[in-house]
Amino acid sequence: MAYSKKLIDHYENPRNVGSMDKESKEVGTGLVGAPACGDVMKLQIKVNDSGIIEDAKFKTFGCGSAIASSSLITEWVKGKKIDQASEIKNTEIANHLALPPVKIHCSVLAEDAIKAAIADYKDKNKK
Amino acid sequence: MQNVNNIYFDYQATTPVDPRVLEKMIPYFSDIYGNPHSRNHSFGWFAEEAVEVARENVAKIIGANPKEIIFTSGATESNNLAIKGLAEFYGDKKNHIITCVTEHKCVLESCRYLSEKKDFDITYLPVKPDGLIDLNVLESHISEKTLMVSIMGVHNEIGVIQPLKEIGKICRDKGVFFHSDCAQAIGKIELDVEEMNLDLMSISGHKIYAPKGVGALYIRRKPRVRISAIMSGGGQERGMRSGTLSPALCVGLGEACNIYSKEMKKENEKITKLKNRLLNGIRNSCSDIYLNGSETHRVPGNLNLSFAYIEGESLMMGIKNLAVSSGSACTSASLEPSYVLKALGVEEELAHTSLRIGLGRFTTENDVDSAVKQIVSEVKRLRSLSPLWEMAQEGVDLSKIKWASH
Repeated sequence: MAYSKKLIDHYENPRNVGSMDKESKEVGTGLVGAPACGDVMKLQIKVNDSGIIEDAKFKTFGCGSAIASSSLITEWVKGKKIDQASEIKNTEIANHLALPPVKIHCSVLAEDAIKAAIADYKDKNKK
Repeated sequence: MQNVNNIYFDYQATTPVDPRVLEKMIPYFSDIYGNPHSRNHSFGWFAEEAVEVARENVAKIIGANPKEIIFTSGATESNNLAIKGLAEFYGDKKNHIITCVTEHKCVLESCRYLSEKKDFDITYLPVKPDGLIDLNVLESHISEKTLMVSIMGVHNEIGVIQPLKEIGKICRDKGVFFHSDCAQAIGKIELDVEEMNLDLMSISGHKIYAPKGVGALYIRRKPRVRISAIMSGGGQERGMRSGTLSPALCVGLGEACNIYSKEMKKENEKITKLKNRLLNGIRNSCSDIYLNGSETHRVPGNLNLSFAYIEGESLMMGIKNLAVSSGSACTSASLEPSYVLKALGVEEELAHTSLRIGLGRFTTENDVDSAVKQIVSEVKRLRSLSPLWEMAQEGVDLSKIKWASH
């Protein structure tokens, strides 16, 4: 299977790998997927008082497309307001990385991961 | 196109043609080009003679008589012919076949065809966690309607060796035909059709350093085993397989068997050393590496490994100049992990982390050292990316987490 240059770049040089303190109120954590399905993504965002995502980190168990999708979405959400970040669509990720049809679910998972992270952050910071 | 920097570790998928095999074949493409079935001139006779020498070489490596060998296009055809041909011939008397869930697709599909179109009953034996069948379970399924048992010799995906001699004894005692797909077994383990009471055996060329497109089927003559041909034609190969033989391909298969007859032991010793070097090299630097299939009843050239906490395809992408095969079928259209590993009871999460590394005649120590270096470095890198590895290091029990399946 021939992958795009962008995908391979994200796989070989993933951006924003790491973990943040999941107990912190500023941090939202999304953990999606299942080991039995072959993909698990953990995506974390650190949000400041103005509701802007200051930092994002990920760790992914999955194929190269899953790793690239999660790496890409951490780049995209940084500096965005959480409401903007939640509007990122899986198709944008799939198009950007030129995912083959059989790998589209990886981009869906990345979308789910950011939504889950935002939901976790909002849940922690309910007024 | 040359694979300059790439190293081949997929000897179960196919093997290169041994230069000694190729050399023997070459004259039969243009110099000795007669039709081996032409009985009335020397062109035919020379071609026929070469085919018969090849047949003797094939027979010799399994302890058979040359008259019991017919040439085919490969093990897929041999398996189809053995199973469907036997069923066609004896089907009105006995209509039950016993095989195993981890058999090659061509065996399983042939059985499925018989079950759907010819009203056969098929028993698919389970395997134990080591990949071997349970002989008691096999015996318990044999009834007076059982026509044949078809169990492969050496497994293509996990390399385990089934107890052919014991299976053969049970079959002979019960009066049931015994067929074995030995595509991966020839040259890897000692095979003897008498000692193992084999009635039919499938052989492949391209797994043993002969070309693709040729194989053979052994069919016992004493006591005689009958099969119906599945192709109509000129009645070549004793009426069981019509179509003009390719003397070059037959010669190739014969010479490949001839080489193994002389060199099997030495080659197995060499590959065992390389396999140990590879496995120990990886395990010395990485924890949580699991070997799938029996540790002891396996051929040395097959390492099917699970690299816990790393998905197999991402590992393959990382070691891109090592040609290995994904144990999980994630690269194909299906995202399901291998049916073979599932049958062994390998948990799905571990099945997703599996690769098959195949070693063979032309693997060198340098190849192995280079592979160890690349695999270890990628395993460490991908584990540093893996949330599962992180959780496992923190002592989280992954089986206790409620995962959202998708």
